[in-house]
Amino acid sequence: MFQTVALSGSRGERLLFSDISVTVTPGTLLAVVGENGSGKTSFLRMLCGLLSPDNGTILWQGKDIRQLKELYRAQFTYVGHLNGIKDELTPVENLTVSACLAGDESASGVVQKALEAVGLGRPIHRLPTRVLSQGQKRRVALARLWLSTRPLWLLDEPFASLDVTATSYLTRHLQSHLSHGGMVVVATHQEIDLPPDCIQHLRLTR
Amino acid sequence: MSQPSLSEALRGVVRRDLLLAMRHRSDVAMSVFFVVIVASLFPLGVGPEPAVLRMIASGVLWVTALLACLLSLGRLFTADYLDGVLEQTLLIPQPLAVLVVGKVFSHWVISGLPVVLLSPLLGLQFGLNGESLGVLTLSLLLGTPTLSMIGAIGAALTLGLRGSGFLVALLVLPLFIPVLIFGAGAVTNSLAGIGSEANLSLLGACFLFSLTFAPWATAVALRIALE
Repeated sequence: MFQTVALSGSRGERLLFSDISVTVTPGTLLAVVGENGSGKTSFLRMLCGLLSPDNGTILWQGKDIRQLKELYRAQFTYVGHLNGIKDELTPVENLTVSACLAGDESASGVVQKALEAVGLGRPIHRLPTRVLSQGQKRRVALARLWLSTRPLWLLDEPFASLDVTATSYLTRHLQSHLSHGGMVVVATHQEIDLPPDCIQHLRLTR
Repeated sequence: MSQPSLSEALRGVVRRDLLLAMRHRSDVAMSVFFVVIVASLFPLGVGPEPAVLRMIASGVLWVTALLACLLSLGRLFTADYLDGVLEQTLLIPQPLAVLVVGKVFSHWVISGLPVVLLSPLLGLQFGLNGESLGVLTLSLLLGTPTLSMIGAIGAALTLGLRGSGFLVALLVLPLFIPVLIFGAGAVTNSLAGIGSEANLSLLGACFLFSLTFAPWATAVALRIALE
């Protein structure tokens, strides 16, 4: 179980959100919604431990993530606003290194399967990522989720730049993750096509 | 649930950086080219007098190595910061200081090691004898990783700032000075027949000191830069 207790955050002088208490239980997705600049990305970065909250605590299985440190970082996969991939490397190389660093299966066959799952065919696997479109680069970044065995996924605008087909691949994969007891926190502007009983919303306002 | 072992994570960081260096061969060649050109122009400018060349050899070669390291520091974290790879690196469930060692090692392999390997050849241009060439190579072998580690602190502290190249130089050059003095001193002493053990020992101490503290300081600076 993943919880935030009375969480407050600011950027510079500006208070972004305050007193946010939410609980994400296995099998549920928390959709963080709000206008641009309402603090969705900051909220997600706080959940990762990249940003420190002004007040409040984030609990993983009842323990403060600041105390768990590496143990907590081994529990989640984060796909941020930036793709976190190298333009000079091929999708296969990018994903192999990411998997290796995450401790996931990084065998060539598994990596290629993950890329195929996001709709990137074999001819693309060996091209430098810089020649791919924004949507294809986003797919490479999201392919990490097909290799991840971690229970919590933290996703910042995962549907940005994706076409209808890729959106449906990702939605199906999110559903599969939730049905296996996973948890997802998504910052998004889009409606997610999942059963309403497994989605909760958190609206941030400016 | 997955967690990489420390060696897996370290290998992953080094592997990615070396792969990138292979794709950016021109960047690697730039450092080598800079060192070769500067070290080759000095004998032409100063003149062919062997005694003068031997006298300035240690200073010129060491300053060249130092500047080559400084020039390449901009590449250490900036690209990773801009494409989100640094963010992902900070989330690897292993101590960040250890991963920083991997990044600095890759930086040294790309920018420092070629200088070390070329140094006997460059030293010959200044008329250094066999023993002094050995001392020069050994001093650079101990000194260049130290420069990379100290430089990493500056690169991390100035990450994302405008005019960071100038700021890095301002921050790290004073810290480079002891390494420069001990490194160049080792070669000078060897040429004078005094013995270079003391200077090499001090260089070794600088290396161990920086290996202990620089990765930790760099890791803290990176976390602050990404906040």
